[in-house]
Amino acid sequence: MMKEKASHATRLEPSPFGEEVQLKRNLAARHRAGAIWHALFLLALIIGIIALTALIYNILDQTFGLVAVEVKVPPHELAQDGVPLEDLSTEQLIALLEARVSKGVLRRLKAEQPLEQRDREDLLSLVYERVVQPKIVRSWSLTDSLLRRRSVEMEVAQKYPSAQLQFRSWLNPHFVSQPQSSDPQVAGVRTAILGSLWTIAITILVAFPLGVGAAIYLEEYAADNALNRLIQTNINNLAGVPSIIYGMLGLAIFVRALEPLTSGALVGGVADPTTANGRTILSAGLTLALLVLPLLIVNAQEAIRAVPNSLREAGYALGASKWQVIRDHVLPNALPGILTGTILSISRAMGETAPLIVVGASTYIVYDPHGPFSKFTTLPVQIYQWTARPQQEFRNIAAAAIVVLLVLLLSLNAAAIIMRNRFSRRLV
Amino acid sequence: MATTLSAKALTRRATSAPPELRRKPRPLEVLIQAFFFACGAVSILTTIGIVYVLGSEAWLFFRSPEVDLVEFFTTTSWVPAVGQFGIWSLVNATMMTTTFAMIVALPLGLASAIYLSEYASPGVRNVLKPVLEILAGIPTVVYGYFALTFMTPLLRAILGRDVVEIYNTASAGLVMGILILPLVSSMSEDALSAVPRSLREAAYALGATRLETAVRIVVPAALSGITAAFILAVSRAVGETMIVAIAAGAGPAFTFNPFKAAETMTGHIVRISGGDLSYDSIDYDSIFAIGLLLFLMTLALNLISRAIMRRFREVYE
Repeated sequence: MMKEKASHATRLEPSPFGEEVQLKRNLAARHRAGAIWHALFLLALIIGIIALTALIYNILDQTFGLVAVEVKVPPHELAQDGVPLEDLSTEQLIALLEARVSKGVLRRLKAEQPLEQRDREDLLSLVYERVVQPKIVRSWSLTDSLLRRRSVEMEVAQKYPSAQLQFRSWLNPHFVSQPQSSDPQVAGVRTAILGSLWTIAITILVAFPLGVGAAIYLEEYAADNALNRLIQTNINNLAGVPSIIYGMLGLAIFVRALEPLTSGALVGGVADPTTANGRTILSAGLTLALLVLPLLIVNAQEAIRAVPNSLREAGYALGASKWQVIRDHVLPNALPGILTGTILSISRAMGETAPLIVVGASTYIVYDPHGPFSKFTTLPVQIYQWTARPQQEFRNIAAAAIVVLLVLLLSLNAAAIIMRNRFSRRLV
Repeated sequence: MATTLSAKALTRRATSAPPELRRKPRPLEVLIQAFFFACGAVSILTTIGIVYVLGSEAWLFFRSPEVDLVEFFTTTSWVPAVGQFGIWSLVNATMMTTTFAMIVALPLGLASAIYLSEYASPGVRNVLKPVLEILAGIPTVVYGYFALTFMTPLLRAILGRDVVEIYNTASAGLVMGILILPLVSSMSEDALSAVPRSLREAAYALGATRLETAVRIVVPAALSGITAAFILAVSRAVGETMIVAIAAGAGPAFTFNPFKAAETMTGHIVRISGGDLSYDSIDYDSIFAIGLLLFLMTLALNLISRAIMRRFREVYE
């Protein structure tokens, strides 16, 4: 543009009048170009915002919506003497169950807990589960449910004449509190949440001391020699290794080579050591610990570096040893920064999926994990598995699980921000 | 010279000083330092572990009779069941998704960095920047879900259902671009803000508009940082797993059509290891060979990125 201007200027007539006009015209063009590009740069950011909005909209769209439910036995048929199903007494419910449920199932139910000892709520849900047997035959997104309600109703009337249309929030208390199931209607994320929490707990226990220790070494002890420079460069390089590679490391080392340790056989942690096979919460936690370690170290290093040198020197001047200075002056002042960095690393670990699949997250477990040697699944792995299924209902519960995951991550990050604001003291 | 002398004198005096004034030996201090060093050494062990594991298992893979090294790098068909191991079908899919990701992430990332660094007022910045940070904090599996349930239907609605398959590399790549956008943006912005104010002011003084200053003065001055960001973005895209595992397709295919399903290197590793994998099978060894290649590719990109950052950085005073 500037070159154009220069060539224009040389081509101009010597008349001062024409030059000024030309210059003005040129200036207008330059300003116009400036305005256009200004808008384009802003547009790039707006596209980012649109993408974020679309992502959140898409997830909420799948989390709520209309469902068509078919029942095997309509509840009104179960009403007795004009009393609706919901108001039946305990005895009536038991009689109903014994009349309508097959002998085998009944025996199994009684073995779990005799019917007489169950309360009314429990019996009622049993009646729904075993007798009424509601089944979702089709589900619609929130947008369709709100804007195309009429055509949805028509479709239901045509294709599923016996079905009833209901509004369903796939994210509900039941969903959060129930274990996994192969039936999307009753499946929940409790096993996955507990698996995530166990895994993260082990990750923190391992990664936090190691990460802070390494940061202290690099910032406070390490002399500027080849070995320490190698360690620093190495940490920076490890931060760029794809997470799936850590999964393969975990698979070969923790799951396979250290199987006696990670399956719990060595410490007698499980009754049946063959079940978990090294593909345990412990292996997953250790793998994630190695994964977040570089991130944690770099964050902790920054926090330690921000502690002013005058504090250290004051400590030394009073005769404190190196460890005393670190323990009593450096660490307390660096702690808010270290904790913030730790929480950010944890939220990274919380959302990791690929390494855990490689390490061997179980595809289907309905029992809660009860220790580091249990088989496991985690929330992101669960989301992946549900997303990979073709049925629409699994997409719905995957969306609901995503909402749970995002809420967990959001609260973690909020905690980090609050901590940073609360504890950050200005030094010097 | 004087200080070393006095230090020597001090130590001599210290050893001859009465015991209560002597420097105490502190075994605890030594122990603590050793512990911290051990913590730092874990990172070295991790690297050694990665290289050893990938190398040894890949060695087993290449040594097995079904595999031929030349075939591995020159053929395009990956069907382990019949002993065909041509890496190019997987590498090709990785390059396709990466290309699409870069088409989205590089221009958008650089443009938003220029906007944030050169145009935005502090107030606007404080509103817009967190949006990018949120985008960067969303787990990749969520992006995978987004690609499959939003981007793919969108592409199919625009281009036609017979053109775009349910699983395709274009959709995965585009969404991956959104994932990587914050990385490009924040690294480029760091590079742009490191350019000293005096350069901008000199340009303004010569009559340059804001655009001319940004594009002809600031961006060239920050080019090393921006290039480093771009290369790091490519490395990130090559190693990205969950989006392609969910949305790009399950099954290796050698195709240049971005609307057809194809499996990337990372996607293949996840699918194979997600199933029932028996140790020492050819499948088990093969994912380590792919992993080694992936590791070397990303490592090379990361090293180049850092070298550019170091070597070509313009230092202004």
